Amino acid sequence: MIVGQQQKMQDEIRELIGQHGRTRAALLPVLQELQRRHASISDFAMQVVADELGIHPAEVYGVVTFYAFLHHVPMGRFQIRLCQTISCDLAGKARVARQLENELGIAFGETTPDGRFSLEWASCLGMCDQGPALLVNDHVYTRVTPDQVHQIIEDCRKVFGAHAAQPTHA
Amino acid sequence: MQPINSKKTPLTFDSIEPGAGLAVAMKKSRADIIGEVAASNLRGRGGAGFPTGTKWNLAAAARVKDGEFKYVVCNADEGEPGTFKDRVLLLDYADLVFEGMTIAARAIGAARGILYLRGEYVYMRAHLDAVLDRRRKAGQLGRGVLGVAGFDFDIEIRMGAGAYVCGEETALIESLEGHRGEPRNRPPFPVDTGFLKQPTVVNNVETLASVTAIMARGAAWFKGIGSERSAGFKLFSVSGDCDQPGVYEFPLGITVKELLAKVGGSNAKAVQVGGASGICLPVADFGRRIAFEDVATGGSIIVFGPGRDMLHVAKNFMEFFVEESCGQCTPCRVGNVKLLEGIEKLEQGTCTNAYLKDLLSLCETMQLASKCGLGQSSPNAFVSIVNNFQDEILGRTPVLIRGER
Ligand SMILES: Cc1cc2nc3c(=O)[nH]c(=O)nc-3n(C[C@H](O)[C@H](O)[C@H](O)COP(=O)(O)O)c2cc1C
Ligand code: SF4
Ligand code: FES
Repeated sequence: MIVGQQQKMQDEIRELIGQHGRTRAALLPVLQELQRRHASISDFAMQVVADELGIHPAEVYGVVTFYAFLHHVPMGRFQIRLCQTISCDLAGKARVARQLENELGIAFGETTPDGRFSLEWASCLGMCDQGPALLVNDHVYTRVTPDQVHQIIEDCRKVFGAHAAQPTHA
Repeated sequence: MQPINSKKTPLTFDSIEPGAGLAVAMKKSRADIIGEVAASNLRGRGGAGFPTGTKWNLAAAARVKDGEFKYVVCNADEGEPGTFKDRVLLLDYADLVFEGMTIAARAIGAARGILYLRGEYVYMRAHLDAVLDRRRKAGQLGRGVLGVAGFDFDIEIRMGAGAYVCGEETALIESLEGHRGEPRNRPPFPVDTGFLKQPTVVNNVETLASVTAIMARGAAWFKGIGSERSAGFKLFSVSGDCDQPGVYEFPLGITVKELLAKVGGSNAKAVQVGGASGICLPVADFGRRIAFEDVATGGSIIVFGPGRDMLHVAKNFMEFFVEESCGQCTPCRVGNVKLLEGIEKLEQGTCTNAYLKDLLSLCETMQLASKCGLGQSSPNAFVSIVNNFQDEILGRTPVLIRGER
């Protein structure tokens, strides 16, 4: 990471901690906001957060790696999470999964080379009466059929116009 | 592809006017509020079924130093597979939930409230923030709630980040404090050593909404619904092989058979009651009652139709627990992995009867020796499926591609 970017990240984290308070209880909200903005939390960002909160960076790393929605390796701009739990399984998640892999050309746990999409499994999303369910970032799709997968991905691609922002991996 | 309304029956909550419960509570003394909740026999709707009045009494009796606060936490982590009734309550009845938190705060003397919302429900955040804002403007939150000097109470929303175990109340508190969501030893219990070591009441979303209803309509009314030892109405999240999956309200004490008839699942071969940590009932048990004194549940009902492979079901649950175990204690961290391997052996038809017995004894160890409810209950589904669907378990012909049917 070049110096200018590092400075920017440092300022950003200081501002977030200013908002949430310089306490250990602020750790998760700060990390969640970094995750939301940058699609992952870099080693550098973890170090700065640790310094600002006066805790060991290993503590921050321990927290980041505990939670499924926080990532320390770069993730795609769109994170697609398909529910793998029982009700969605009964409703046919296996075929939706296969079609997601087909359309994106990656397997679960992988990110497309252009950094646009990550594909992951999720545990029950609380949409069990309307499975198969999946999340695209914050957005929930229900009763997904294999033939709808293409459209879901196209809807995401539209966000990348010629000038659309690329993910700035923190 | 967009979510549809899950409600399949009218809910009692429809008839509870927002504000009515809080107005009644504010006219009562603290002891009387708790007395009313205790008299209603309300038990926690999050799964464990602890009597709400007793919990509040303990928290009310706990002392705090000057400058410290007691806390009311609403557990909106709703992660038990097959559970989605809290989603409906948060989207359509948020006022009743926040009002229940405010009543709890009044009763125990809390100054701060936190709603811990699972990360998967972040799309509700703006709506919930707007409801909180409206309540602040209406004087139902903030300094001097409803003009009562000295009763200061406000609620903030904190997000989870994709960890089922954070629904366990001490793991939830760890998470709020900025730590990994690893459950604590209990005791001490949150009612005396909770968030930031302060007395904390943790209640489920539905429990809190029910408190609001009880305040508005009275304990006697609530107690008049349900069975003798399980008072009141309960929301059920019904999914799986039935005609009308969704959220239903029934009185506690309803039999599995009656429930199946209402949801269009009468031809079921099995029903999982209580989610992944619950138990799997065969047809012979459909006469059993869903109540604290018989089959208890936080409300998850998953219906399995005639063609379903029950070992596949057990495997899916075990994959869930392997993924969601916090890894802090050995019986759960290693036990769930061993059980999953055992299920794969059964699936391939290479498991001896002796090994199956070993697996069942491992289940017992996990139930006894795990630190929290996750590991204590993760073997339940496997044990009940092995016992109730014996003819599907041993001597299977191998599955060629793993994970496929
Ligand atoms: C692994 C695990 C997960 C849990 N998840 C939830 C949950 O998502 N929501 C909930 O209300 N209670 C959950 N609980 C139960 C809580 O620990 C606690 O008993 C409950 O929030 C108390 O509220 P109640 O008395 O109003 O039910 C869970 C317990 C365990 C062991
Ligand atoms: S039982 Fe499982 S989830 Fe609970 S503390 Fe032990 S390892 Fe963690
Ligand atoms: S099982 Fe998929 S949303 Fe609950």
